[in-house]
Amino acid sequence: MNLTQEHTLDWRTAARNGLLGGTIILYFGAIGMVSTFSVRNMVGTFLNLGQILSIMGAIAAGLITGRTFLKADQRAKVIQMGALSGLLAGLPPLILIIMGTLVPNSTMFVNINAELVEILTFGLGALVGSLALIVVSGLMGVLGAAFVLLGEKYRKALINALLWVLLLGLFSENAGTVLQKFLGTSAVRWLFQNKSLNPIAAIIIFALTFAFSLFGVGNKGKTKIQSLPSEKQKQLRLIYIVLGLVFALALPWMVGTFLSQVLFIVGLYVMMGMGLNIVVGFAGLLDLGYVAFFAFGAYTMGVLTSPGGFTGGILNFWLALPIAILVGVTFGIILGFPVLNMRGDYLAIVTLGFGEIIRVLAYSNWLAPIIGGAQGVLGIPTPSLFGFRLGKPEYMYYLVLLGSLVAAFIAARLRDSRLGRQWMAMREDEDVAETMGINLVQTKLLAFAIGAGFSAASGAIFASRLQNIFPNSFGILVSINVLSLIIVGGLGSLPGVVVGAAILVGMPELLREFAEYRLLMYGLLLIVMMLAKPEGFWPEETRKRELHAKEDWDNNDADAEVVGAAD
Amino acid sequence: MAAILTAETVTKRFGGLVAVNNLSLEIQHGQIYSVIGPNGAGKTTFFNCVTGFYTPEEGKIIFNGHEIQGLSTDRVTRMGISRTYQNIRLFSNMTALENIMVGEHPHLKTFWADAVFDTPRFRKEEQQALAEAQRLLDFVGLKGLGDHLARNLPYGAQRRLEVARALASQPKLLLLDEPTAGMNPHETGEMIAFIQMLRDKLGITILLIEHDMKVVMSISDQITVLDFGTKIAEGKPIDIQKNPRVIEAYLGRGAASGLTPANAAAN
Repeated sequence: MNLTQEHTLDWRTAARNGLLGGTIILYFGAIGMVSTFSVRNMVGTFLNLGQILSIMGAIAAGLITGRTFLKADQRAKVIQMGALSGLLAGLPPLILIIMGTLVPNSTMFVNINAELVEILTFGLGALVGSLALIVVSGLMGVLGAAFVLLGEKYRKALINALLWVLLLGLFSENAGTVLQKFLGTSAVRWLFQNKSLNPIAAIIIFALTFAFSLFGVGNKGKTKIQSLPSEKQKQLRLIYIVLGLVFALALPWMVGTFLSQVLFIVGLYVMMGMGLNIVVGFAGLLDLGYVAFFAFGAYTMGVLTSPGGFTGGILNFWLALPIAILVGVTFGIILGFPVLNMRGDYLAIVTLGFGEIIRVLAYSNWLAPIIGGAQGVLGIPTPSLFGFRLGKPEYMYYLVLLGSLVAAFIAARLRDSRLGRQWMAMREDEDVAETMGINLVQTKLLAFAIGAGFSAASGAIFASRLQNIFPNSFGILVSINVLSLIIVGGLGSLPGVVVGAAILVGMPELLREFAEYRLLMYGLLLIVMMLAKPEGFWPEETRKRELHAKEDWDNNDADAEVVGAAD
Repeated sequence: MAAILTAETVTKRFGGLVAVNNLSLEIQHGQIYSVIGPNGAGKTTFFNCVTGFYTPEEGKIIFNGHEIQGLSTDRVTRMGISRTYQNIRLFSNMTALENIMVGEHPHLKTFWADAVFDTPRFRKEEQQALAEAQRLLDFVGLKGLGDHLARNLPYGAQRRLEVARALASQPKLLLLDEPTAGMNPHETGEMIAFIQMLRDKLGITILLIEHDMKVVMSISDQITVLDFGTKIAEGKPIDIQKNPRVIEAYLGRGAASGLTPANAAAN
């Protein structure tokens, strides 16, 4: 066993990883990602996002190589093999430099130009720069490999500190607006120069966050809380919830109008995610046409409240909202019936079709007299509360916050109930679930209906915020977004929905200038997630247990506990 | 004693294949009744007909005076029949306790809105359900393993958990599909005692599919032998062991001389 491992794990593994990492960077460079990303300065003016991207290949290659060798018990080779990976990762991007230098104005590879060469060569010229690139790549490979040799405590602290610095650098503009209210203008101006983080500040922040996560509460605090009596734990949890609520309520006033709008959109997706999480995460019914219910909610709201619309706006927002939800629920059930007997892939394909049918219907001339066809529904009034117009994103944020909280509350309660167990049993094994006396028709339709209700509520709020809705707002991409965010957050996990929405919806809103690479990043993120962290960023408890079950089992030696029932 | 389950001329076909052919049998209250036969004899198909997973083309299945053929699986379960599977089919990503609580499903009454508003009756019912699940877990000898995911339990424990889950619906008739498959002699012995205890202590009638002749012969009150979907013998263990048609079905023509199923299994 050990022999074969040693045989397969030689320099070739490291070389393969390195070349692979470098090739990915070559691709990123060729499609223009590196140049586009380099517009954002991260730290000072000398480190931008494009450069970080271009050395990522070497770091990742070094890291993976290091981990592979560590796992194969070849600790001594980790660093040298990491260096090899890194050096080789520097080779493929050389092609970019050569092409960019020889044919700077290629009509075929428009992204391979002088600008890209300058980024990759650190402005040192083609020859010296190429050497520098290889050396830097090698160093990065060593760093990546060295990372795996660190203890877990240090690794976590390092990741924390790096994340803080990188995120602050990346979102320095937004962070500046937020921090201005607390630190004053002069401090912010020192912290963030040239739309990037001040290098000195970066070092301080890095050191502080590193020290904090190394010596801070962390896991110790968690075990301390767990050792408290259950009543105290309950009190503590209550305190956390209240603090969280206060934070959530104060949030829009801390972050300003633009970020409030971003939060509002994230909130809409959280509501949808909560619903789809019931359908996919709990009940295991892969629904790719989820946007249909969002559309039902939005159009119901539009038709019922728009003065220029079909009904002339007979209702206000608050009366139309329950009707919109009801319409969503009803169509959830109606569209649920035909797919009752379908499973897995078949269900996914049919629901995908349903989603498209709804969008095409919204476009069609047939329904145009009611819902406006391609012109959409215009002039939907902004909701008002006791005569107070909720015109600003800050106010609308509260509306989705309330909606998200209600959705999360319902989802949590249902998860821990008989119905939740029915759903999970159905997800695990439909036939056996039925043998347990579970009525599959009822259980499935309830999942579809409740999920559709959340989505419709979200759609209704969306319509009243945007005021004009068009069929192209309800494309397949919305469904894909929602599905991706619950997978990234952790399938079946409620906090995961929020985390997923923040990452997949919030981040792209803040990184609008890179919008053309949005789907690519989605795909990459999903692939990396599935390989490295398949349970999601914030997994459900049982999923976490599932992954750590083996160690758990070894520790408990539970075989010994299984005593004969008969004796 | 009255019959708890009666099958009358049950026939189930898959295309041209007759999986169960004209099968009639009668199981009395409190019996341990075994169905045996070579691989592909139609035993599991018969089980699936009883539990409503398949609908037989012909014949009747009468449970406690009600015809149940063609009813959906969940309704059959609610009438008091539950089962385990030949290849264990637990809800593997749920905990042991959750598995049993799913089994209790037919006896829980609260509506989903009760859960959302956390009504007193919902809380009471959940507490009772949990206590009952805990009790069943202890009963099958898995005390303290309630929080483990079903998939992480050892094989024998999974078999027991499956029985506990089946018991949770408070069945009058329990169908066990090869409960000792893959067990060592020691575990098999425990399972035999356990099945007898189910009958003696809980008064549950048991219908058993089993390949291990030692198990079948030691605990069955009555045995039916199937071959190619047709009943070829029925009787007490002692009669079945001597029946030449049974021996022939198991070992082929010519081997019938001198060999009994019991020592055939031993070989």
